[in-house]
Amino acid sequence: MTTDAPTSGQSDLAVELRNIDKAFYGVKANDDVSFRLARGEVHALLGENGAGKSTLCSILAGLYRPDAGEMFLHGVPTAFKSPKDALASGVGMIYQHFRLVANLTVAENIALGHPDTGIRLDQKKLQTEAAELGDRYGLPIDPAARIWQLSVGEQQRVEILKLLYRNADVLILDEPTAVLTPQESKQLFTTMRQMADEGRSVIFVSHKLQEVKEVSDNVTVLRHGRNVGGVATADAQTEDLARMMVGRELVLPTRTDTTEAGSVVLAVSGLRVQGDRGLEAVSGVSFEVRAGEIVGIAGVSGNGQRELALGLNGLKTPTAGRVFIGNFDVTEASVLSHMYAGMSYVPQNRLGVGLAPGLTTEENLALKAFRKPPYSRGSRLLPSAFRSEGARQIEEYDIRGVRPGLPIRLLSGGNLQKALIAREVEMEPKVLVLHSPTRGLDVGATQAVRNQALAERARGVGVLLISEDLDELLALSDRLLVLYEGQVVGQMNAEDATAERLGLLMAGEREDGRR
Amino acid sequence: MNESQLILTMVAAVGLGTPLIFATVGEIITERAGILNLGVQGMMLIGAVTGFWATFQTGNLEFGVVIAMVCASALSAVHAFTSITLRVNQIVSGLALALFGSGLASFLGRAGSEPLVGHPSRAQFEPILTGGIADIPIVGPLLFGHDPLVYLSWLVAGAASYYLFRTKMGLSLRAVGEDPASAEAAGVHVSKVRYVHVLIGGALAGLGGAYFSLALTPTWQDDPIGAAGWIAIALVILASWRPWRAVFAAYLFGAAERIQFTLQTLGEPWSDIPSTLLAMLPFILAIVAMIVLTSGKRARFLGAPAALGIPYFREQR
Repeated sequence: MTTDAPTSGQSDLAVELRNIDKAFYGVKANDDVSFRLARGEVHALLGENGAGKSTLCSILAGLYRPDAGEMFLHGVPTAFKSPKDALASGVGMIYQHFRLVANLTVAENIALGHPDTGIRLDQKKLQTEAAELGDRYGLPIDPAARIWQLSVGEQQRVEILKLLYRNADVLILDEPTAVLTPQESKQLFTTMRQMADEGRSVIFVSHKLQEVKEVSDNVTVLRHGRNVGGVATADAQTEDLARMMVGRELVLPTRTDTTEAGSVVLAVSGLRVQGDRGLEAVSGVSFEVRAGEIVGIAGVSGNGQRELALGLNGLKTPTAGRVFIGNFDVTEASVLSHMYAGMSYVPQNRLGVGLAPGLTTEENLALKAFRKPPYSRGSRLLPSAFRSEGARQIEEYDIRGVRPGLPIRLLSGGNLQKALIAREVEMEPKVLVLHSPTRGLDVGATQAVRNQALAERARGVGVLLISEDLDELLALSDRLLVLYEGQVVGQMNAEDATAERLGLLMAGEREDGRR
Repeated sequence: MNESQLILTMVAAVGLGTPLIFATVGEIITERAGILNLGVQGMMLIGAVTGFWATFQTGNLEFGVVIAMVCASALSAVHAFTSITLRVNQIVSGLALALFGSGLASFLGRAGSEPLVGHPSRAQFEPILTGGIADIPIVGPLLFGHDPLVYLSWLVAGAASYYLFRTKMGLSLRAVGEDPASAEAAGVHVSKVRYVHVLIGGALAGLGGAYFSLALTPTWQDDPIGAAGWIAIALVILASWRPWRAVFAAYLFGAAERIQFTLQTLGEPWSDIPSTLLAMLPFILAIVAMIVLTSGKRARFLGAPAALGIPYFREQR
């Protein structure tokens, strides 16, 4: 085994970064950032999405090379050429999107790339070692399981074990709690603390103030690619951290009124949908959405949310159950019929499913409405309408960074989402399905998206909000459903909902005592 | 069909299948790294002509085989460079390689003041065991009556299987073909792994090509390998990217190629079937096998590397 605690180095400073610059396509992601990480601490890297946290971590982990600046590891000047280099020096990163090979087993993923001498791959020995390591850190895992069979929380455990197996003494966790239930997050924090107590250093990347307060020793705040200050966590008030992070007071739109909802616009009964691997992903879901209300669907990702959204939109034909939009039975109807019946859909995957990355912004904005005037007459497209309508929507929905004739994929995440929502809202739908609409967006864009959802609600649209962000669900929804393993395991009015109650349901605890 | 004809067909199937084993195992190794190399036909032809030439010059068979592998591997390096370093479309690059290799082999066979074309080889691979054990009925000719390259092909398939699933390099290889970004994050050098295995794939294709010109039909002619390179690409799917299955798949196709000759010897009514029709048999078999294998739920278990044919950019955001 190669998992003994790291031996003590010369310096108490595990890592020091000095004056790091890194730009992508001319946009500065890191601008003169300096950062110090002590041995045995949990150090939070706080900042909004797009503040440069991931970039800084990727530089430290050897994935990106800085344009300028210096790096010191245990006081020694260092330049990593690759993640392999960094790992060999004990610096490992757990990316927001896990870097696990889905078709390989847990043990194989843990062994992958390990610099151990020897040629043979001893599956049995590996699996024993992986299981032992998991037990030691309170991360139980089935070493023979293939990654695609695991839940997201379990996959994260594999990522952590991978680094511990290499005996990494600097562990970088990029937004690790984004995919976890509150209870799973607690368990993760215990593990992080245990690793720090062993003398390892943990970088905890987050934009969630509560979690930063809960787990870290020190905080460094990034904003617009710059380091705007560092403090000891114990000395910092949540409000101060928020101001440092955003640069102004942080106010996110919240549902304020409790108007009566109207007639049923979306009725789903006994819906069953298959997942990509042929297993049932949605197993008999029933609910209604009324005009002028927001119904939130909570759940850890991978519990059937995606398939539910696809089933509602006709992108996957349900195997059983019925879907009504108003009075129309659209269960087996085409995607186009869903659209004409009044369904709009903002998918989780903005680029690729939602938008056509290579087309221009104007073309993307017209991608649903082009079949009718003013965009076309008969089979002929009218370019002038694309331009004028496009200009109007870009103005109205505040889509920034649009350059005429260039593909939409060059826009930032927030502006992509604004464009996507503009297109869907312009269809004047009866039902609007939003799937993780603010994931990965900065505060400004999140504000705009939330406002848009509330505006649609006020206009009498029935909004179905599928999200993993509990704060967002609690802030916007009139009613909440919890999806677990393809079933609705709980529903409640917003007044009765708390993060704790939702978290327990999301983890599969049933309120009626059964499991 | 009587018993001796069945045995004869099977022995012939082994011969015809052997070059397919080399090429298919080579392509499996290449594709396991996530690189699709459709240039197998070109690499085999280059192997066939350079191997033939080297033996023609020296009379040394082993030297011919080594030269064939080196030259075909060098050709595959072109594909490795375009698809790994330049990240061009792998299908286009592979097809270009196939056409280029075919043309070059044909040219080399006719070049110089003393062209190779029409010449018999100065040496050829012969069965290593004669008499005794090889004369045992049925088992003898099937297992012991072959030339050394047949046994080498079994060894190559077995070694490739062990390499893929029981060694650390094999694990890195599979990971690179499934998910290069994850492999890289785990410390695997993606480009290096891809380069090495494209070159190994090329060398094995060259070995397959040399089998034609130094064992199967040891004379240089313009089109010595038929469509073996294309069939090998189909066999990769039939073998579901597993080297051992490639052996059986290759023999199945060897038998399909042989069957037309067998039918000729059976007399009426079998010999009335036009031979041009029978020549299509392997290809029809290939199409049917693909449809059966890739339809419905079986496709999931097929095991195509998830990143096959997709260029990898490290700093892509």
